[in-house]
Amino acid sequence: MTAPVFSAVLVRDLRLAARRRVDALLPLAFFAVAVSLFPLGVGPEPNTLRQIAPGVLWVCALLAAMLSVTQLYAGDQADGSLEQMLLAGGSALPVAFAKAVSHWLLTGLPLVLVAPLFGVMFDLSGRSIAALCGSLVLGTPILSLLGNLGAALTLGVRNGAVLLILLIVPLCIPALIFGSGAVSAVETGSSARGHFSLLGALFIATGLLAPLATAAALRIATE
Amino acid sequence: MTSTMQANTRFFTFASPPRFYALAGKLIPWLWIATALLAYAGLYIGFFEAPTDATQGDAYRIIFIHVPAAWMSMLLYMVMAFWAAIGWAFNARLASMVARAIAPTGAMFTVIALWSGALWGKPTWGTWWVWDARLTSELILLFLYLGYMALVNAIDDIRRADQAGALLAVIGSVNVPIIYFSVKWWNTLHQGATISATAAPKMVATMLTAMLLMTLACWAYAFAVVFTRTRAIIAERERDAKWLSGVSP
Repeated sequence: MTAPVFSAVLVRDLRLAARRRVDALLPLAFFAVAVSLFPLGVGPEPNTLRQIAPGVLWVCALLAAMLSVTQLYAGDQADGSLEQMLLAGGSALPVAFAKAVSHWLLTGLPLVLVAPLFGVMFDLSGRSIAALCGSLVLGTPILSLLGNLGAALTLGVRNGAVLLILLIVPLCIPALIFGSGAVSAVETGSSARGHFSLLGALFIATGLLAPLATAAALRIATE
Repeated sequence: MTSTMQANTRFFTFASPPRFYALAGKLIPWLWIATALLAYAGLYIGFFEAPTDATQGDAYRIIFIHVPAAWMSMLLYMVMAFWAAIGWAFNARLASMVARAIAPTGAMFTVIALWSGALWGKPTWGTWWVWDARLTSELILLFLYLGYMALVNAIDDIRRADQAGALLAVIGSVNVPIIYFSVKWWNTLHQGATISATAAPKMVATMLTAMLLMTLACWAYAFAVVFTRTRAIIAERERDAKWLSGVSP
């Protein structure tokens, strides 16, 4: 019962994104613009840039995820298809999970793929860039899962986008700390294994709990 | 009202808004008196009886406001999440109202803790703010309070607002320890702040007495304010109910 709902919602979201390609690329464009602002604001010193690069890239990835996630349910709620999905599946869990996966495939994965380019622009070493991609692979799903929860909580609420950032960013702080910490650790020559382990633990815990909470939030919002 | 009060008091008796309204109305003046007496005694002992600290001088005396406020800020978040969850799980209206009434008081204690911490940090550490684990997680706690209040105020449907707020409060209470430890490890990994906030001086008995009295004063204050605010919320939500028309405010 649940697997068909999951794949149907996922395929539908990916197909919708494929038909509106510019919309899907907007978070990536935001990431590029936001990251490019920092050298302009801070100054072009390679040493400074190398030092702030992990934090800058991670914060911009976090904001790109938070800004793009607000539209996750808005369209489906406006045309009533969200209610139909929840009625059809019995449980809201596969819908919530499919939405998180589609959000990650559409924004998280592209960010992981373009991150090396920006790593080079910030003069990071090859090992640091590998650590950056690794931390983003583990960390961006956490952002998608938590952002998904925020989108469900703020469904149809006034100023939902700003509210979502206030609600969800504090919950993303551990992912930010260990994600950028892993890159900084490699950059300063120490081991990043601890960071990766903790990031992986966060990923597993979020993956288990966030879809449940999102499903509950969807039930509350559409009751 | 007295006749209904005396009629078989059971565990859930005061979960009924009319009865809670009457009981809280009777308790509030006493709670304010308790707040005033305890705060007076606590501040007197703290400022005049307790000895001057050997290393920090008189600057340490802000501890009598800072520590109780920090305790209350953390405790009230847990209490708020508890009542919000009870209200959500058992559909208990009063529990949701109490949760909503606690949030502003909790946020206020968080601000007091941060503010007094900054005032204390300047003379002792030489800086208003360090990105220490405790300070940072207290700041994040303030964001969690603000998020809860913003969410319940942004949703117009009361039932939905209470339930969404309860979900957020529960998620927040799960996250508070995770955030605390991640900030703590971040701090030790960065080796940034050389000043430690953990080196607490040994307490003299009078200092401890003053701090406990101030904590009790904060408790009494929190009860008084939360009860007053809950009564206001009850009056707002039940404004069309018949029982309210005959009750003095």
